[in-house]
Amino acid sequence: MENNKKRYWRGIEELTNSSEFVKHAHREFGDAPTADDKGEALIDGTNTVRRDFLKVLGFGVSAVALAACEAPIKKAIPYLNKPEDVEPTIANWYASSFVDGGDYASVLVKTREGRPIKVEGNKASSISKGALSARVQASVLSLYDNEKLKGVSIAGSSKDWATADKEIIAELGKVAARGGQIRIVSNTILSPTTKKVIGDFIAKYPTTKLVTYDANSVSGLVQANGGILPSFDFSKAKTIVSIGADFLGTWIAPTEYAGQWAKTRRVNSAEGGNKEMSRHYQFETIMSNTGANADYRSTYKPSQEGLVVTALYNAIASKVGGAAISSASVKIEHLDKAAADLVSTKGASIVVSGSNDPSVQTVVVAINALLGAYGTTIDAGNAVNYRQGSDAEMTTFINEAKAGQIGAVIFYNANPVYNHPGGAELAEALPKIGLTISTNDRSDETGSLCKYNTPDSHYLESWNDAEPKRGFYSFTQPTISTIFKTRQTQSSLLTWAGLNGDYATYLENAWTGTLGGKTAWSKVLHDGIYEPGAGVSFSVPQTGLADSFASIAKNYKANSDKMELAIYEKVTMGTGSQANNPYLQECPEPVSKACWGNYAMVSLATAKKLGLDQEVELDTLEVEVVVNGKSVKLPFIVQPGQANDTVAIAIGYGRTKAGKSANGVGANAYPFASVINGNIAFSNTGDVQVKATGETAKIARTQTHNTVMARESVVQETVLSAYKKNVEAGRFKPTVSTAEGKKTATDLSLWNGHKYNNHAWGMVIDLNTCTGCAACVVSCNAENNIAVVGRQEVINRREMHWMRIDRYYSSDADVEDVKGLEYASENPEVVFQPMLCQHCNNAPCETVCPVLATTHSTEGLNQMTYNRCIGTRYCANNCPYKVRRFNWFRYYQTDEYDFQFNNDLGRMVINPDVTVRSRGVMEKCSMCVQRIQAGKLEAKKEKRRPKDGEIQVACAQSCPTNAITFGDMNDEVSEISKLLAVEHKGRAFGVIEEINVKPNISYLVKIRNKEEKVKKEEEAVVEHKEHA
Amino acid sequence: MSHVVSPIRETLVSGGKSYHDVTNDICKQVEGEPTKEWKIAFGVSCLVFAYGAYCLGYTWWQGIGVWGLNKTVGWAWDITNFVWWVGIGHAGTLISAVLLLFRQKWRTSINRSAEAMTIFAVLCAASFILAHMGRPWLFHWALPLPNTFGSLWVNFNSPLVWDVFAISTYLSVSLVFWYMGLVPDLATIRDRAQTKASKFWYGAFSLGWNGSAKTWARYEYVSLILAGISTPLVLSVHTIVSMDFATSVIPGWHTTIFPPYFVAGAIFSGFAMVQSLLLITRVVFKLEDYITIEHIEMMNIIITVTGSIVGIAYLTEFFIAWYSGVEYESYCFINRATGPYWWAYWMMMTCNVVSPQLFWFKKIRTSILVSFILSVVVNVGMWFERFVIIVSSLHRDYIPSSWAMFTPTMYDIGDYIFSFGLFFTLFFLFAKFLPVINMFEVKSVMKGVSTNYPYKKKSSGEKSKETVH
Repeated sequence: MENNKKRYWRGIEELTNSSEFVKHAHREFGDAPTADDKGEALIDGTNTVRRDFLKVLGFGVSAVALAACEAPIKKAIPYLNKPEDVEPTIANWYASSFVDGGDYASVLVKTREGRPIKVEGNKASSISKGALSARVQASVLSLYDNEKLKGVSIAGSSKDWATADKEIIAELGKVAARGGQIRIVSNTILSPTTKKVIGDFIAKYPTTKLVTYDANSVSGLVQANGGILPSFDFSKAKTIVSIGADFLGTWIAPTEYAGQWAKTRRVNSAEGGNKEMSRHYQFETIMSNTGANADYRSTYKPSQEGLVVTALYNAIASKVGGAAISSASVKIEHLDKAAADLVSTKGASIVVSGSNDPSVQTVVVAINALLGAYGTTIDAGNAVNYRQGSDAEMTTFINEAKAGQIGAVIFYNANPVYNHPGGAELAEALPKIGLTISTNDRSDETGSLCKYNTPDSHYLESWNDAEPKRGFYSFTQPTISTIFKTRQTQSSLLTWAGLNGDYATYLENAWTGTLGGKTAWSKVLHDGIYEPGAGVSFSVPQTGLADSFASIAKNYKANSDKMELAIYEKVTMGTGSQANNPYLQECPEPVSKACWGNYAMVSLATAKKLGLDQEVELDTLEVEVVVNGKSVKLPFIVQPGQANDTVAIAIGYGRTKAGKSANGVGANAYPFASVINGNIAFSNTGDVQVKATGETAKIARTQTHNTVMARESVVQETVLSAYKKNVEAGRFKPTVSTAEGKKTATDLSLWNGHKYNNHAWGMVIDLNTCTGCAACVVSCNAENNIAVVGRQEVINRREMHWMRIDRYYSSDADVEDVKGLEYASENPEVVFQPMLCQHCNNAPCETVCPVLATTHSTEGLNQMTYNRCIGTRYCANNCPYKVRRFNWFRYYQTDEYDFQFNNDLGRMVINPDVTVRSRGVMEKCSMCVQRIQAGKLEAKKEKRRPKDGEIQVACAQSCPTNAITFGDMNDEVSEISKLLAVEHKGRAFGVIEEINVKPNISYLVKIRNKEEKVKKEEEAVVEHKEHA
Repeated sequence: MSHVVSPIRETLVSGGKSYHDVTNDICKQVEGEPTKEWKIAFGVSCLVFAYGAYCLGYTWWQGIGVWGLNKTVGWAWDITNFVWWVGIGHAGTLISAVLLLFRQKWRTSINRSAEAMTIFAVLCAASFILAHMGRPWLFHWALPLPNTFGSLWVNFNSPLVWDVFAISTYLSVSLVFWYMGLVPDLATIRDRAQTKASKFWYGAFSLGWNGSAKTWARYEYVSLILAGISTPLVLSVHTIVSMDFATSVIPGWHTTIFPPYFVAGAIFSGFAMVQSLLLITRVVFKLEDYITIEHIEMMNIIITVTGSIVGIAYLTEFFIAWYSGVEYESYCFINRATGPYWWAYWMMMTCNVVSPQLFWFKKIRTSILVSFILSVVVNVGMWFERFVIIVSSLHRDYIPSSWAMFTPTMYDIGDYIFSFGLFFTLFFLFAKFLPVINMFEVKSVMKGVSTNYPYKKKSSGEKSKETVH
C-alpha cells in the first residue's frame, strides 16, 4: 500500500481549492451528520469499535486487492525534465543519411520517445529519391545490436577512452618519431569532412597514408573511366545491356538504378498512355536479381566474360562503322540481337558490365562511346563517389604488412581479414604491426586481432556528411545519444592528432563556413540534403582499346568445359557488413528464396553431371567445393538459369566474429576470389571441383516450389507487342456458365457484399516494375514488429513475414503435364509477385473463425484481433493465398529465438503502435492499420479528409520502383482510383479471381519486351473453360 | 420391449447358457479380483497414457510448434485424429440407437461396449479439439457464454462453432443413453454385491432401480426416446464435422459430397473399431458364447457395405474433379494419387476400398483372425483417409509458392499415442468396473427363452434364473 500514492481530485472544488473546501476537506462526507470525526481514527485503528471492525477489514482487503491488481510496470522511467520536442506517443522524424562504405541513402528516421524505430527514404533527395534497399531498412536494428563493443577495449580488456587515447597518442608518436609507416585502412569514405579530418591526422603524422578498398570492388570500372565512376541513368535508355552487372540488386547503387529502370518499364493502359518499354538484355553467369527481370537473358561462363564484351564491341562496330578488332569468337545467344537493338536506339542505349577487369571495362567504355551513351545515359561529368577503393593499394598494403614495413594501422570500419581475399595473409601479418587499432563497431574478424578497439558509433548516433555524387551533399545527424560508450572515429582521429575531438562542432564549422551561416546549416540538417551540383564538363575517356583486346585474349577463353566458380553478392546480405542483423539473415534472397546461409548453386544439367539431384520441396545434399586446394562444405541448390559447368557461392556469409546471428552461418567465399589485371575478380577459373560429401543438408528457403504450374489466374503476363494491340493481352478472365449464359466469375454472388461509405483502402501492385528486391519485406518487418524465427523455423516453413515476394520460373512442360510443370526450364523466364493479405471483400478467413477474431472493417480491411484469437488456424487453412502466419511458439523473450525480441536493447526497436503477438495467435498483414489510423486522426484534428499520399503503408513507402500504389479507392482523385479506372479495362487482375473472394489488392499484368511467340498471339485474350 | 425373435435366425447366444450363467459370466469380471490379463492390459494402457500425457503436456507448455505443422499445412495429425476418433464413435450410437429402432437383436451383446467406445472415442476427439488450439486455455471462448466483452459472441457462421455444438451434444446424449442402459445391470451388481463399498457405489449409480414392471416400462420408454434423439446424431455429427472442410474454399475440401461420405466413413471405421475391441474382449473375458461368429459376420457385412459406399464416394470425387473442369480441384486429385503423398492415398484406397471386399467370401468374414486383421486395416485406412483429405489438400493448394510438405514430429505421434492411452485406460476401467455386456438385454434374446418358453417372455432378470434350465 505504500506505493499507492496516486492523488485524485475528489471534485472540482478540490481542484479550485476554495477556502470553503479547505475548511471541510478533512470530512469525507461534507456536512453529513457524523457524530464524531472518527474517519481517520477508524483507519488508524486508534478508535475502532466492534461494529466498525468489518468495515476496516473490508476496506483493508479491498485496498490490498486493488493495489495487487495494478499491472507491473517494468523500467518505465519518466522524464525528469521532459525534452521540449518529445511527446509520448508522437513520433519525431529526422533527416539523416545511411552510409555503409560506399552504400548510401538519404533517410528519414522515425523516433518514438527518443528511440529510432524505423528508417524511411527521404524523397527530397534527388539521388536516392526516397528509395531504400532492404539493408538500409534493416539498419535500424543494427543500432540495437547487443553484441557491438560497449566501449574501448585494449588487448581484449575493457578500458576507458582516456587511457586508450593516452596510450594511442604515445604509440603513434613513437611510430611517427622513428619515421614508421602509418596506414588508415578504410572502405570508401563518402564524407568530405571525414576526409578533411584524415587530412588533419596526416598533417600531424605525415607518414600516414589512407588505403581505401571495397569488399565489392569496382576499381576496374573506375580505372577504365579515367579514375572516376560515372553516373548511369537507365531512365533514359531504350536498350539496356548488362554483362554480369546486377544493377537492380547489388551493383554500385542498385536502388537508384532500379528506380530509373522502372521508369522505362512503366506502361499505362489508358488511351494514349505510355506503351513503350526499354528492352533489357542480361548476359551473366548466375541468375541474378537483374537477370530475373531482364527481357532476354543468356549465360556465359566467367572465363568467357571478356570475349562476350569484345564480341559485342565487334558486332556494334561493324554496324556503326567502327573498326572491328579481331578476337576469339564466342557463341552467346541473343548477343547479335542485343547489338542490333543497341545500335538502333543509338543515343538511348547503355551497356554496363559487372567485371572488375579494367581491360573489359575499357572495351565497355568504347562500346558506350560508339553508342553515344556518354552525355545521355552515362553522365561522366556528375561522377559518383560510391566506390573509391583501389584493389592495387590494398594489395600493396597487405604486402607491406607482410614485410613488416608498417608501424601502425587504423582500420576505419573496415574488416579486410574477413572481406578481402588476402584476409588470411593479413591476419598473419597483423602481429608484425606494432600498433593496431580497429574502429569497427564490434570485435570482428579484424578487430579481434587488433590491440586497440575504439568502436565507432552507429550512423544513427553520429554526425557526418556525405557526398555521394559530386556537388550533392547529404547529412547525418544523431537521432539518439550513443547507446554504448562509443565515439565517432572522426573524433578519435582528431583527438589522436592532438586536436579538439568535438567532431560535431568541427562539422558545423566546416559547413557554416561553406553555407554562410548557422541558419543555412540548420536548414540543410533539417532537409538532410544540400544539392548545389557540380556541373563538371567531361570528355569520353581515351581508351587503350588494342591493349585491352590483347589482355582479354590472354585472360579469357571462348570455350572451356572445366568447372568454374562464380562469386556473387546477395541482394539481402551484400558484403556481410550487416551480417549480424537478424532481419537481413531471415530475408530471403529474391531469386533463390533462401536465407540464413549461402550454398553452392549449380545448373540442373551440371547437377546431373555431378550426380547430384534435388527433388522439389525436399532436403538437399551437402557438397564440397574445392578451389585451388581451398575447400568449403555447403549445401547445394539447383539454380535454373545458371551457366552450365559453373558453381556459384555468395559472399557475406561465414562470419566468425560478427555475433550470434551471423557466426557460423554459411561459408566465406572471399578467399576464393581471383585476381585479374591487379583487380579482384569475383570468379575463379582455376582448379574448381564439386563433389558430394554424402551428407544431406538443409537450406532455409521460404519458397520451395519454383514454378507457377501454368496457373494463369495466379500470374498473368504478356509481351509488349501483344499489349500494344490489346491492353487486355494476357488477362485471364474466368467465366461461369449460368442459366442466363456465360458470366464473369466475379459477377456472381449470393449477397450484396460490404458497403464502404467512408474509405475503401486498396492496393495495386505492378508486376512489371517489381524487381523482387525485398526492401518491402524488411520494411514491413520493422514497421510491424515481425518476429525473426531463425534458421530452423524457416526450414520448418514458419517464417513470419507478412509480405513475401513469390518468385516463379517458367517451365517448358505442356500445361497438361502436371509433373513436368514442377520443373523449371533450363533458362527460365522469371516473375516476381509480392504477396500479402489480399484483404478480401468475401474473406474466407472471416467466416470460419469460431470466435470472430478476424473480421471485416468498415473500410474494407480484413482485421485481426490478436487478443480474441484462440489459435485454431482454420483461417490460415482457408486462406487461398496462404498469407496468414501463426505464432507456433512464443517468439519473444525465449532463448531459442535469441534475436531482437530476446533482450532489452533489441526490444527498443519495437514499434509501440503495433502489438507484439503472443504464442498461439494468428497474425497477418494489417495494411499498416496503425498508419491509417494515425493519418485519419491527423486529418480529423485539422477537420478535413485525409489527403491522398498522406497515408502510406510501409511496403509501398519503401518500394524503390514505386511498384506498389496504396490509397483510398473511394477517393476519386486518389492515385489508386485513377490507376484502377484505367487498368480495370487493361492490366488489373485479382489473383485467383474465380473463387470470388474479391481481393482489395489488384495486380497489373507483367509485360516482357520480347518477340512474341506465335502461340501466345492466338491467345491474346484467353477465353477459358468454365470454372464452377 | 418386444421379444419376438424370428425362428429362422441362428441362436444369438451359444453354449446353452442359463440366465444365471449370463449373470455370473458377466458379473464375474466386475466382482472378482482383476485377472492377470486385465492387469497386464491395464498396465500397458497406463504406460501408454503416461507417455502420451508427457507429450501432450510438453506440447501445451511449449506451444504447438513442437508439431510438424507449418504456414501452409495448419492442420495435420491433430484434426486427422479428431475426425478419426469422432468417426469411430459413430458405431456405438448406430448399434445402440439405430439397430434398436430396427429391432436388430444381435446387437444386444455388443451395444454396451460399443456405446462405451463411443464415449471414450468422443473424449479422445475432444482432447484434440483442445490440443490443436494455439491457446487452449481460452477454449471456452468457442462457447456462446455470457461475457464481459460487451455483446461479443461466437461466430455462428463458423463450422467450428457448429462442431462445438455437435460434439458436445453428441457426448452428452451418448453419455445419458449409455448410463440409462447401464442402470438395470448396475442394480444386478448391487444386488449381488459383497462389500460395503460396492454396495454403496453400485447402489448409488443404479438410482434405486427395483425391477418392477413400472420401472421396466419407464425404462423402455426412455430407451426409445433416447434412441430417437440419438439417431439423427449419427447423421448430424459427422455431417457437421465434414462441413469443416466442405464449407471452405480449399480444393479437395470444397466438396458437397462430404456429408454422406463422411457419415458412411464414420460408420465404417466405427464398426471396424467395435470389431477389433470385441474380438479382444471376447478372448480376454472369455465371452465367446455371447459374441458369436454370427455377430462377427454381421459386423463384417456392415463393414463391407459402408466400405463400398466410401469407395464409391472416392470415385465420385475423382469423377467430379475431372468433370467440373476446375483446374485446382483436378490438380488436387491428381496430386493426391501421384504427388508426394501418393503413398498415403494408395494406403487409403487399399485399406478402405479393396480390403473390405474380401468379406464377400464367407470363409473370410467368419474367420476371427482375418476379421481382426481387416478391422485394424480398415481403421488404418480411415486414418489415412482423413490425413489425405487434410494434408494433401492443404499442402498444395492455390498458390504454388506456398506449397510445402508436412513431416510429423515425435510430438505429433506422442499426442496421438496419448489418445490411445486415454482410450484404452478408460476402456479397461470400464471393462473392470462395469458389465461389458448388457446382461438384461442378452437374456431377452437367448434362444432358449423365446423358443421354449414363448409365453414366459415377461420373466426377466434375476427372477427367471430358477425357472430356466
